[in-house]
This record gives sequence, C-alpha cells and structure tokens, in this order.
Amino acid sequence: MSARRGTSVVFTGLVGLLVAVAGYAAFFVAPEERTMGAIQRIFYFHVSCAWTAMAAFFLVFLSNIAYLSTRREKWDWLGVSAAEVGLAFCTVNLTTGPIWAKPVWGIWWTWDARLTSTFVMWLLYVGYLLLRDLLPDAERRARICAVFGIFAFLDVPLVYFSIRLWRTQHPQPVIGGGAGTGLDPAMRAVLYFCWLAMLVLMTLLLRQRYQLEAMRHEVAELAAQKSAE
Amino acid sequence: MSTLRAALVIFEKELRLELRTRELLNATIIFVLLVLVLFSFSFDPTVEESRRIGPGLLWMAFLFAASLMLHPSFAREQANDTLAALRLAPVEPFAILFGKILANFAFLLATELVMVPVFAVLYNVAILPALGRLLAVMLLGTFGVSVAGTAFSAISAQARLRELLLPLLLLPLLAPVLIASVECTAGLLAAPPELPGEWLKFLIGFDVVFFAASYLLCEYLLEE
Repeated sequence: MSARRGTSVVFTGLVGLLVAVAGYAAFFVAPEERTMGAIQRIFYFHVSCAWTAMAAFFLVFLSNIAYLSTRREKWDWLGVSAAEVGLAFCTVNLTTGPIWAKPVWGIWWTWDARLTSTFVMWLLYVGYLLLRDLLPDAERRARICAVFGIFAFLDVPLVYFSIRLWRTQHPQPVIGGGAGTGLDPAMRAVLYFCWLAMLVLMTLLLRQRYQLEAMRHEVAELAAQKSAE
Repeated sequence: MSTLRAALVIFEKELRLELRTRELLNATIIFVLLVLVLFSFSFDPTVEESRRIGPGLLWMAFLFAASLMLHPSFAREQANDTLAALRLAPVEPFAILFGKILANFAFLLATELVMVPVFAVLYNVAILPALGRLLAVMLLGTFGVSVAGTAFSAISAQARLRELLLPLLLLPLLAPVLIASVECTAGLLAAPPELPGEWLKFLIGFDVVFFAASYLLCEYLLEE
C-alpha cells in the first residue's frame, strides 16, 4: 500500500510539473496571435481540454462495451471514472470558450455547431451520472449504464453532424482543415504539449477516481458481510 | 415463432391494453393541445411568425408528449412483474422491444394525426399542399423517437425517479431528430413547399442507427 502511495506521489508531482510547464509554454513560449492578441492563448487549454474530454468519453464507450461482453465490475468502475473526468474536462472547455468568445466575437455564447453539440454531449454524460445515482442495485446499475453509455456515444456524431448541417460559426478547423489553414509551428508544438499535459492529468484523475470506486465497492461488500453475520 | 410474428403479438397486446381505456392516448392528445395553446402566448401568432416558429413548436410539443407517454410502456409491466413473464416466452428478447416500439409508434402517430390539423387551424398554416410529404416526415421522425424512446423507457423503468429521468435522458439524445424534423417541416410549410432531401436522409440515418443499436443491446436491456 505504501509503495503504491509512493509512486502515486511521484506521479502526481510529475503531472503538476507538466501542467505548470504547459501553462508557461502557453503564456510565454507560444507567439502572440496577430489579431486576437493575448486572449488567444486560452486556445491551448480550451482545445486540449476538448480533445481530452473526447478521449475520456471514448474510453467510457469502450468500457461500456467491455463490461457488457465480460461482465467484470472493473469495466464499470472505469466507465464511471472516465465519465466523471471527461465531464470535468468538458466543463473546462465549455467555460473557457465564452471567456474567449466575449472579446473576440463580442458575445458569450452562440448556438453554433460545435458549441451546441458539446453542450448536448455534456448533458448526455450528466444524464449518465444521474442515471447511475438512481439505480440502486450494483449489477443492474452497471448493465443499464453501459447500455445508456453506448446509446449516448452513438448520438454524439449525429448531434454534431445535424447541427453542423444547420448552422455554424465556430472557427473552422485550423489543423487538417485544408489549404490556406494551419497553425504556426511554435503554436502547434505548444498545443500538442498542452494536450499531452492534459492527457497525463486525465490519467492521474482517472486512476484516483477508479481507486475510489474500487474502495467504495470494498466498503459495500464489507458492510454486506457484516450485516449478514 | 419468428421474431416478427412474436413482435406483432406484443404489438397487439399493447394495442388491446390501450384501447380498453384509451387513457394514454387521451391524456397525450390533451397535453399536446395544451402545449399548442400555451405556446401562442410566447410569440405573436401571425401567419409569418407561425410559419417561422410553428414547425419547432409542433415538434417540441410532440417530443415532450413522447417523453411523458413512453414512460408507462415498461413501467406498467412492473406492477405485476409481467416483464419477467414475457421474458420466459421462447422468443428473441428483441421481439418484446420491437412490439413495444411498434405500439408506441402507433400511439404517437395517432396523436400527431389528430394534432397536426388542429395546429394548422390554430396557427393558420397551410398543410394541404404538401400533405403526403409531411406524412413521410412524420413517419420517419416519429419512428426515430419511438425507437430511442422505447429503449430508454426500459432504462428509466429500472431506476428511481423514473418519470423525471426519462425526459432528462431522452430529450438530449433526440436533439438530432428534432432538428431534422423541424427543418423538413419548415421546408414543407414554406410557400412553395419544398422538402430538404439531405434532412430526410439524415432522419433515415438516425432511425437506422438507433434501430440497429436497440437490436444489438436489447438482450442486456431486458435482462432480469
């Protein structure tokens, strides 16, 4: 146990360092954007949190499938951990967006494709966590949530595509967006570094949350044993 | 018994159950009427405004109605644990879900067929020039709502606070159906009416994706 705690402290320290360096890079290493100025620097965390949230939600989807095919509780624990952590990153993404939009677009929010679909995705995963709380029995909770999680993940591209077809104002993709688009190489390097930092942070949070879920399960089992005696 | 025939048996059972009392249909129709009346206070219902806002209003009313109406579909099987009995039948579990999807589809469609003319009269919207195409949009949109809604009714029936939970889970999921159906309806209510083909294809795509997902996940959903 103490050896595990030791690696955990080292790992946490490393993550803290990585996030600090990412912050430094976003503010001081990346060049200033010509028209938007300093506010553009929020982009490095805004985008990397969005990507990280997507990665976490994809992990929820994979754990849901894995749970239904193996019925091992571990996959359920991973699913709920990834959903919570993904939701946290998604919330950061949805809050940094308006902070950037107000000076640049002149408005806090607009019902554009990416904003709306991210918001709907956020609502779907809030629903996933809510559903978990309202299902008392552990086996049923894991099974029903896995089914819901798969439905929700299938819906995300449909939401995105429908709203994209409908109206869009968000800046077009600057990475892989075709000719005439693209990031300054230094900006790109900082963005990828920030993403790496966020992914590592996600791993740390995921690990902690997973251990918490495992401990909760252990406590529930002990309590059941105690009351059976 | 083939899955389709078993599904039709379930469908018939649901239909007979509902037609004995008609309470679900009556309540849903009145609910949609209520929403249509209340919405008239939120904007100035002139002909142009109605044409602009009407399609969204109509589909919102249908979605809210569906999220309430779909709840008993599985919840009422719980009173006497009849779902367990249904599961004992030597048929594919999907037959049960499919039968219920068909029944809910029929109930929702019946509600819409009653309410669309009422909507047209109350909001001064011409539906006759594009009636056939409007019906096609209603069929596709309602099928999508029924498929996802019936599966989610099975989900929420197993949880606490289930009446409240179903709309919370279902409505965000149905956002794409809402947009596509509203866009199609808006095109058809314009003068001259025009059906946006890409949205119709999108509706078909949604229906196919969620029908396939329900088929694949049904086994886990109805496990006892």
